[in-house]
Amino acid sequence: MKANRYIFWGMTKSTLIHVFLLSVALTCLFPIFWMIRCALMTNETVFVDQAIIPHHLNFGNFAVAWTKGNFAVYLLNSVIYTVSVVTGIVFISSLAAYSFSRLKFPGKNIIFYLFVAAMMIPLPGSFVALFVLMTKLHLVNTRFGYILCMINVGLSMSILLFKTFFDKMPHELEDAARIDGCGKIGIWWNMAMPFARPAIAVIVIFNSLTVWNEYILATLLLGDTNLMPLQRGIMVFQGANSTDYPVLMAGLTMAAIPIIMIYLFMQKHIVKGLSSGEMIG
Amino acid sequence: MDSKAKAASIFKDNLQNFLFVLPALAIFCTFYIYPFYKMINLSFYDWRGIGPMHFIGLENYKELLGDKLWWDSMWHAGYITLIALVFQNPLAFALALACDRQIRMKRFYRVVFFIPPVLSQLVVGLIWNWILNPEMQNGQYIGLLNHYLFAWGLPQLVHNWLGDPKTALTTIAIVNSWQGFGWGFVMFLAGLQTIDKQLYEAAKIDGAGAWKTFTNVTVPMMLPVMLVVMILTILGCMQVFVLILAMVNEGLVNHTDVPVTRIFSAMQNTNRFGYACAEAVIFGMILVCVSFMTKRLSDKAKQV
Repeated sequence: MKANRYIFWGMTKSTLIHVFLLSVALTCLFPIFWMIRCALMTNETVFVDQAIIPHHLNFGNFAVAWTKGNFAVYLLNSVIYTVSVVTGIVFISSLAAYSFSRLKFPGKNIIFYLFVAAMMIPLPGSFVALFVLMTKLHLVNTRFGYILCMINVGLSMSILLFKTFFDKMPHELEDAARIDGCGKIGIWWNMAMPFARPAIAVIVIFNSLTVWNEYILATLLLGDTNLMPLQRGIMVFQGANSTDYPVLMAGLTMAAIPIIMIYLFMQKHIVKGLSSGEMIG
Repeated sequence: MDSKAKAASIFKDNLQNFLFVLPALAIFCTFYIYPFYKMINLSFYDWRGIGPMHFIGLENYKELLGDKLWWDSMWHAGYITLIALVFQNPLAFALALACDRQIRMKRFYRVVFFIPPVLSQLVVGLIWNWILNPEMQNGQYIGLLNHYLFAWGLPQLVHNWLGDPKTALTTIAIVNSWQGFGWGFVMFLAGLQTIDKQLYEAAKIDGAGAWKTFTNVTVPMMLPVMLVVMILTILGCMQVFVLILAMVNEGLVNHTDVPVTRIFSAMQNTNRFGYACAEAVIFGMILVCVSFMTKRLSDKAKQV
């Protein structure tokens, strides 16, 4: 009898836990489902048909957003910015981190602590001064200027993460490479980078998220619609089509789906990254 | 090798090593250090973005101290942060506890809870703006929430959630928590999984019940993670901006303003660059103080 009661309680408990978890999961997914659902309706049906699955599916909104809404350009720009910023961050921060970890030069520690301090001090309003600077440098409304600014955003954290990995690299590995005639650059590229592969994955995924979703700097620095990334483009598009909800939702879907896909493919690294970021923080 | 050649080779070596750091340092100095300096510098000037700059000393700061809209915006951000600390983090912790066991679909939950955080604040804001739409067409509410509140016989709850100054900020805070809890969840779960299982065994042998084990093993072991999540929540929520922009746009400005909105509009709408910088400096200092105080507080809590 006692054993039965025990099992009964165990089952009730696990059911309750599942109900709790499932209801939260549903709350997470439903707004996204609703966005996609509305993207598949027309301006006439969207206000009338309140069924969960609409009676007529309409894929025309995506075409409208793609051509009339300029989303082809925005999407391409977002890809250009994300790829170049992330590539830049990986190379620049790994080079610096390798030097901080393994090489010597006067003033090394001071410079390293500058980067660490930058991570600790939030600069919420620095975009004002950054805009002034970019105007002076004539980098407003250029791809190059925006890319440089965004590289800076991810730099400190990436250097720190790379350095923690390079610090763990066994010295024998390096010595062997040096005997084989590898220079410093050779060791960085052939030894250190492959060793830090998990760090690279974390850095790529987190910085991709940041760049893909960035809004404030894109608004300040890129006024030309041909240079705008998706997030900025959506706002322009929303201003022009504020009542055409199905087309707007189609645009949002196009902005959301790529990043959700990248996330689903790389979600393992996000968990790893957050638990290692915690140790740093 | 004579000493001169040796010194030259050491110098060359140092220079090479420094070159590794140079690209990072150059970008960092140009786009972090210089704006940092420029922000403080500009805050002492009256400047319209172009034209002459007038040095006015602490005038911007004096005006800021009496700027009711600015301190209101600070309170709004504080309110959003408070809602996140009181509801979002405990929810994240409860979900992490529920997932930290042999349970089916664990991976599914972990993946799903982190989907809202990967979306941009802009996308999230616009989706919710559509769900919360207050308008009616053909005698039906077009927003999902009001439509179903009406359809399920709760017409007294139908409300212009984002249009009413009384509910707008709370609605934004809830959507913000909806988007943010996944971060805390993943970090809490990772923390829970590092707790040594032997500690639980030992507690069991000592005859501790579930609640005792929770308060005496889980909570103390999780304190460092809780602290990190708390600081990140404060820093993240205080700086929320794009979400609000997407949800209310220009409507209700004085009821949903946050500091970043004020800085942005001082710069974009009224062209007062000096004043915007003074706001940014004060805001940055407040953020640093708050996160520092949180750390001190929790250090004390740990010693007790």
